[in-house]
Amino acid sequence: MNWAAIRSIYLYEMSRFFRTLLQSFVSPVISTSLYFVVFGAAIGSRIDQVEGVSYGAFIVPGLVMLTVMTQAISNASFGIYFPKFIGTIYELLSAPINFLEIVIGYVGAAATKALFIGIIILITSFFFVDITIQHPLAMVAFLVLTCISFALLGFIIGIWAKNFEQLQLVPLLIVTPLVFLGGSFYSISMLPPFWQGVSMFNPVVYLVSGFRWAFFGLSDVPVLASLGAIALFTGICVGVIGLIFKTGWRIRE
Amino acid sequence: MSAILQVRGLRKAYANGFEALKGVDLDIEEGEIIALLGPNGAGKTTLISTICGITTATSGNVTVGGHDIETDFRAARSMIGLVPQEINLEPFETVVNTVRFSRGLFGLPRKDKIVETVLRQLSLWDKKDNQVKELSGGMKRRVLIAKALAHEPRVLFLDEPTAGVDVELRKDMWDIVATLKQSGVTIILTTHYIEEAEAIADRVGVINKGELLLVEDKTALMARMGKKELAVQITAPIDTIPELLASYDLTLSENGKTLTYTYDTRAERTGITSLLSAMSEAGLQLSDVETRQSSLEEIFVGLVHDGKDAA
Repeated sequence: MNWAAIRSIYLYEMSRFFRTLLQSFVSPVISTSLYFVVFGAAIGSRIDQVEGVSYGAFIVPGLVMLTVMTQAISNASFGIYFPKFIGTIYELLSAPINFLEIVIGYVGAAATKALFIGIIILITSFFFVDITIQHPLAMVAFLVLTCISFALLGFIIGIWAKNFEQLQLVPLLIVTPLVFLGGSFYSISMLPPFWQGVSMFNPVVYLVSGFRWAFFGLSDVPVLASLGAIALFTGICVGVIGLIFKTGWRIRE
Repeated sequence: MSAILQVRGLRKAYANGFEALKGVDLDIEEGEIIALLGPNGAGKTTLISTICGITTATSGNVTVGGHDIETDFRAARSMIGLVPQEINLEPFETVVNTVRFSRGLFGLPRKDKIVETVLRQLSLWDKKDNQVKELSGGMKRRVLIAKALAHEPRVLFLDEPTAGVDVELRKDMWDIVATLKQSGVTIILTTHYIEEAEAIADRVGVINKGELLLVEDKTALMARMGKKELAVQITAPIDTIPELLASYDLTLSENGKTLTYTYDTRAERTGITSLLSAMSEAGLQLSDVETRQSSLEEIFVGLVHDGKDAA
């Protein structure tokens, strides 16, 4: 393993993040605040409580997850798509590094950025609602795993995309609906039975549910199922990336 | 001298069936400058990309310093620096950071002294903190070279280093290449400018349609392949070539004062002696005699053209 090269890629990617630190932090903070105003204050005032938790607090885990997932995907996909787009990918391909090292560098950086922003949102939400975290370790584990797995997905999207439209397509058409329908802002038990069944095919449900359990000790699906789902999802992403690595698909064709 | 780069039977075929390289064999000696000459689409860039790991070969093998580029890619690539044809740079990055990053990618510890040496060598030191987008085209090209040199490679590939560059910058680039050669770096450059190959290369390879037509010492190539012209100035202008000289391949200039004779230096008899005596027999008074060697360009056009005829 060429750890020095991984470190170079990681730090280089992170430096881009810190260069635009203000944008990186301000926009998620503002959008989170808006979610609290709309969902928490306007709608939440009529919903009162969900399974014993105030609605404002109930949506915090979902909100963090929503942002972390979209940030991990967009950072990772952009991170690897940008060198492809401006042509600097030649440097990665002609350096004495293998694909795994490239993945670790880029995915690691994207996951770190997403984690940063997730933590910022969590901190922001403390200003709006009272939250206690019952299982802090599990909370961190779910958060970190989600950052990594969605950064892996983002990396795949970045390799696959041939233009900026495609880069936006998957997050917009697939990920956003899955996240919104994944119980970020409601409990699955609030849905009619049919849609509850459909929701079980949505991987995001498991992630949000597990993450929410870490906060409030209540969940839509068993925690182990959540862990299994995130492991399966990560495994699939790693498998796909391994395949890309083997065939050189869209990189060394 | 030993070959630092060995290419054997290198083939590259694309999924659509197009064969960009049709079995290339090439040996490059340590410390030399070799120019790969060929028209656009000849396979020059594909050859370089395959050696450097940007595309994978369909078959054949390549070793750099004895290291196979696939099985021992880390050792092989560590020896190679690549300067791409396009100006592929991150516009918002500073010069010094982008060069540092290139060094880091090779897993080397950050050594500012080396980065400084490279930047000074390329007259970029005073621009080190500028963003790449603020630089002129010629400077950006030099940044690409600096990036390629950041890990102190022993073999440097320059893909069309002077494409779209004005005359002065081209001379600059040639000076840079000469300096690099002095420092012991082996240089492989591609170009479609013949004068470039003529000016800086030790050896010239001609590539066309995925085939390496020949690789030869530049002067030997010109001597072997070259046609020479003998221009004879005569004192009194003539209207037509005299009967006596009809058997020679002669052309008469418009003012009637220059007779040009084209001959092949490879031929056993050039016919110069008999031509000159025939001229005096025909009563022509000679005032001056001059010979001219054909340039690489003409050799190249001849080769590529022959290749087309054969196809």
